[in-house]
Amino acid sequence: MFDWLERQAPKLVLAPSFAAMLLFVYGFIGWTAWVSLTKSRLLPKYEIDGFGQYERLFNAPRWDVAIENLAIFGILFIGVSMALGLLLAILLDQRIRAEGALRTIYLYPMALSMIVTGTAWKWILNPGLGIEAMVKGWGFDTFTFGWLVDPDMAIYTVVIAGVWQASGFVMALFLAGLRSVDSEIIKAAQVDGIPTTRIYTAIIIPSMAPIFLSAFIVLAHLAIKSFDLVIALTGGGPGYATDLPATYMYAMAFSRGDLGQAASSAMIMMMIVFAVVVPYLYSELRTRK
Amino acid sequence: MARLTLEKLGKRYGRVQALSDIDLAIETGEFVVFVGPSGCGKSTLLRCIAGLEEISEGELAFDGERVNELTPAERGVAMVFQSYALYPHMTVYENMAFGLRLAKAGKGAVEERVREAARMLQLEPLLDRLPRQLSGGQRQRVAIGRAIVRDPRVFLFDEPLSNLDAALRVQTRIEIAGLHERMAETTMIYVTHDQVEAMTLADRIVVLRDGRVEQVGAPMELYHHPANTFVARFIGSPSMNLLAAEPTDAGVQVKGFAPTPLTAPPGARGLSLGVRPENLRLAEDGETPFYEGDASLVEKLGESQLVYFDMGAEAEPLVARLPGALPAKKGDRMRLATDPEALRLFDDAGQAVRAG
Amino acid sequence: MSDLSGYTPERTDWGRFALRWGLFVILGLFALWYLAPLFVMLTTSVKTLEEIRTGSLIALPREITFEPWAKAWSQACSGITCEGLRPYFFNSILLAVPSVAISTVIGALNGYVIAQWRFRGADTIFALLLFGCFIPFQVVLLPMAKMLGLLGLAGTIPGLMLVHVVYGIGFTTLFFRNFYVTIPADLLKAAKVDGAGFLRIFVSIFLPLSVPIVVVSIIWQFTQIWNDFLFGVSFSSAGSQPVTVALNNIVNSTTGVKEYNVDMAAAIIAALPTLLVYVVAGKYFIRGLTAGSVKG
Repeated sequence: MFDWLERQAPKLVLAPSFAAMLLFVYGFIGWTAWVSLTKSRLLPKYEIDGFGQYERLFNAPRWDVAIENLAIFGILFIGVSMALGLLLAILLDQRIRAEGALRTIYLYPMALSMIVTGTAWKWILNPGLGIEAMVKGWGFDTFTFGWLVDPDMAIYTVVIAGVWQASGFVMALFLAGLRSVDSEIIKAAQVDGIPTTRIYTAIIIPSMAPIFLSAFIVLAHLAIKSFDLVIALTGGGPGYATDLPATYMYAMAFSRGDLGQAASSAMIMMMIVFAVVVPYLYSELRTRK
Repeated sequence: MARLTLEKLGKRYGRVQALSDIDLAIETGEFVVFVGPSGCGKSTLLRCIAGLEEISEGELAFDGERVNELTPAERGVAMVFQSYALYPHMTVYENMAFGLRLAKAGKGAVEERVREAARMLQLEPLLDRLPRQLSGGQRQRVAIGRAIVRDPRVFLFDEPLSNLDAALRVQTRIEIAGLHERMAETTMIYVTHDQVEAMTLADRIVVLRDGRVEQVGAPMELYHHPANTFVARFIGSPSMNLLAAEPTDAGVQVKGFAPTPLTAPPGARGLSLGVRPENLRLAEDGETPFYEGDASLVEKLGESQLVYFDMGAEAEPLVARLPGALPAKKGDRMRLATDPEALRLFDDAGQAVRAG
Repeated sequence: MSDLSGYTPERTDWGRFALRWGLFVILGLFALWYLAPLFVMLTTSVKTLEEIRTGSLIALPREITFEPWAKAWSQACSGITCEGLRPYFFNSILLAVPSVAISTVIGALNGYVIAQWRFRGADTIFALLLFGCFIPFQVVLLPMAKMLGLLGLAGTIPGLMLVHVVYGIGFTTLFFRNFYVTIPADLLKAAKVDGAGFLRIFVSIFLPLSVPIVVVSIIWQFTQIWNDFLFGVSFSSAGSQPVTVALNNIVNSTTGVKEYNVDMAAAIIAALPTLLVYVVAGKYFIRGLTAGSVKG
């Protein structure tokens, strides 16, 4: 008995996690997929009805806004965070005094909850008392900065807060990447008389391709899942001007009581994530072997 | 303190047969070395004996009792690893005591055994150090100490010297030989790819290739009477010259060489004649040379020198080990002689034809 | 260290001096940008409402009041109740501590098996676990709500705990697996030869070596769980809400006068534990982030 236990211990240890994953990840995805194909509204129904829910979803103007916002937010959030992160990493890489302190400052927002970030920026961007009031107080009476309450501009406030939170993390990733480039190669280039800027553009940055990829993956993943930030900053408003798929799904599931729409929007979110992540994960797992 | 018998032992990984039909008996107190090129299965065989790999076929017995199903500790083996595998967070003392404590040895007994092993290996001043504070040679001694304290029935070494530098390797080799003398009752099995270690340490050598035993025997027996061309080339450095030969009326002859007094079985084809470099010498005046040719390369080693003779594009050069004092240089014409007793003959399958 | 500063012979000393100061100024300006929200939050939280209405956003407070902090901690209203953040802060502690401990222990054992006791199918299980890290949690929200209801855990802290443990295992397993694959296989063999079994080797050999990765795992999980909002808002009821949900409720509560100073104090209180962890163990925090970046 004891021998058997000892022999099977590795499998016994993994078994509960394996079972939990099967149920709570794969089983649940299956359940959501199933419900997305039914006529479920307030209560789940289990008769398959086809793609009606997806048709309704794509015909809903609010979902259109959510997808459009995801595109705007995703592109700007990822693009600006990467650019800023890379810039900061390169500047910090110049053997700067107080590098440690600067790094700590750039990265601390990552430790905050997105709810806290949203609350802070909501206050700063508040048209009555925030930046707008401050600049007016300096004597620029005509200055207005009402993005937070402007349906066309509100999504950009989410970008600002998101970049503020995540760009330090991208900087940390890139800095680690810069430091891991083989210093012999750089010394060889310096001996060859290649100027510093060329060393960066021709040698260091190209060799960091895998880090660009993982930074992109992390940011894309954050962007698609972004929920807390929107809730805290704009609450999805004004109206539903800053809805993202994540807030749309939540609204359908918990305030509108429309399970079919919640399930189908969740499935679309998952497909977007997988379109980004699966090729990456696949190559990761393959190269590990 | 155990006699090992391996009967038709085999190991499979899925469809890959890593070991097959290993038959071997190792006597109590014997020092046996498994040697062979990398991938020959010597380490796998050692791990099967240790109980770290499951045996797929056949039987392994210690003192006549089947141990296939027993854990390493139940078999009473101890092992020294190539990477030493010391527990990084434990002091030298704790590293050596760990196994004893697991075996529920009393506190006094643990203390006594560890101290004794430490004295034997001159580790006493280091007992409170952590492995990372030790040099490579000291770590090696701790690894050996960890094995000694358990007073194992079988002592296993898995390429223990390959992480040491050349000087330390020689020194530790001598220490291991001394250990074998002091622990005369303990059976030791040692794996290496280095034939010098095999020759110097072993009571008997087991030569392995592709998961099979090629030959088992005392070092000098393998050196003088290799069972086949594989063993002939593997044991001895530089390795034995193997020359394509044909039977003639005067005896077996290599093209371009003098005939030898060896006779081949009737109808034999594809013969090889083997002669070790150290068995070639300069022919004396008036002596008929075994071979005469121009040196194509001379390597001075100090006490001796290796002289190479070109044997044509297809064949490997002939190598002769000649005294170092000889003023030889590239292009010199040389007349080589040998003693007929030093010649070995192998058939087309590489098996030795005539021993002696 | 890509060390590019040492070899620039074409520049004069003065040029280099200016360049380095320019660099420093740029970096300093960025530091201000990152620090500004924290500064604004702090100053706002100790101003009176009157001063907030009349003064500038970035002005230092004329007089300091800790009234907003006291109110945020014990009186601020969220929805119907007016108990401040305190009960929810303790909810988060009650939730985070066991969840972090359980998911770290499970992750350590899983990682140990996957990295050191390889068996057929272990790699597949690892891939399945890893995959679970990537899913947008929205896709499990509905069935999870149903499951918690079935288990009788809906709206309770143990229910939330279950959710955080289940979806945290993937990350913790990844951390420990990636750490344990760097430990040479001979160590496990040596311990086996010494007579140690599966659990003994884990407890006596691997666990003592795991301190750094345990710290990474704890910090990562703690930050994730403390900062979580989605699960908290979806699966908690009035009495079991974590601090993030309560903060959001306080900030968005529409009853009475809008007290920005209280909001800011509440936000800082909610952020303090993770900020503290970051300041004390930033090195490990970054390690977790970068290790986690394999996952997303």
